[in-house]
Amino acid sequence: MSKFRKDDGKETPAISTSALPDIVFMLLFFFMVSTTMRETTLKVSITLPQATEISKLEKKSLVSYVYVGPPQRQYIPQLGSEPRIQLNDEFAKVGDIIDFVESERQAMDENERKQMIVSLKVDEYTKMGIVTDIKQELRKAAALHINYSSRQGTEY
Amino acid sequence: MPRKLPEYNASSLADIAFMLLIFFLVTTTMDVDSGLERRLPQWVDPEDIEDTPPIKERNVFVVLVDRNNRLMVEGELTRVEDLKDKAKEFLTNPMNDENLPEKEVKEIPYFGPYEVLTKSSVISLQNDVGTTYGTYIAVQNELVAAIHELREELSQRKFGKSYEDLNDDQQDAIKEIYPQKISEAEPKKIGGR
Repeated sequence: MSKFRKDDGKETPAISTSALPDIVFMLLFFFMVSTTMRETTLKVSITLPQATEISKLEKKSLVSYVYVGPPQRQYIPQLGSEPRIQLNDEFAKVGDIIDFVESERQAMDENERKQMIVSLKVDEYTKMGIVTDIKQELRKAAALHINYSSRQGTEY
Repeated sequence: MPRKLPEYNASSLADIAFMLLIFFLVTTTMDVDSGLERRLPQWVDPEDIEDTPPIKERNVFVVLVDRNNRLMVEGELTRVEDLKDKAKEFLTNPMNDENLPEKEVKEIPYFGPYEVLTKSSVISLQNDVGTTYGTYIAVQNELVAAIHELREELSQRKFGKSYEDLNDDQQDAIKEIYPQKISEAEPKKIGGR
């Protein structure tokens, strides 16, 4: 019996945790490199539609975002649940889009202005009426290169 | 021999690193933005629009989407699943059908004289104000998919390579045979109320 209980009375040695920070730092660096900062807080809820023929937006600096969707729950009492447009951090009207495009364009590098892309992040269940209005405004603002943001979907 | 330095307590370093890690997890996103790329036509003042010459009906592939998200293609109720095949049939017109678009022979680099659709042939997409955005994207996606598939098939036949792997000149030649011409009409009320 005593043969197997030799260590009785002795404390179990503490596990060395000196490598733990290294592991955590490794994870930290991985996330720092592979993710991007969230630029805007979404005030509208968006479920993107699915598509198969999608292309990636390579250069983030060229892209401006227009969000459209029903307001999130905390804004519903003031705004109702009809789809709204969000530019930067604010709710906006269709008429604000030209100014928005112009200010985004001013913020860009001069030689990149022509390649500006507007990414439309629109909720699946939005009616086309509002989207068409936005498209007309974008045409007026000469922001013709657009991208209908969508998820990778399955083929029919 | 110098005295050994006392080891400092590093056990809280892990906590600090964890805190940083959690901060980055919360404030950053990983999603890569992707989507359907399209070009809008130049803005034209409604007053300046001159009467365009009438296009023959056989040269237009009309896709209508109503407020109940039903699809009408060339006058027939169609499911989204069948749209791609119909679009491909329109774009190739394999049997030289009377009702499908006219063709003309054109000189194209790498291909020589090749039968392509006339310049006036176009896919026309009209949607109602009440159409759902999801349906609109699904229709756009199918039309773009039809063109991509045709380009891919032609590329495989001619060059034995995927369209993606061709050089710019070759891609341009194929684009000339299958251009991506989707015109969108101003929204209208179509069917139902």
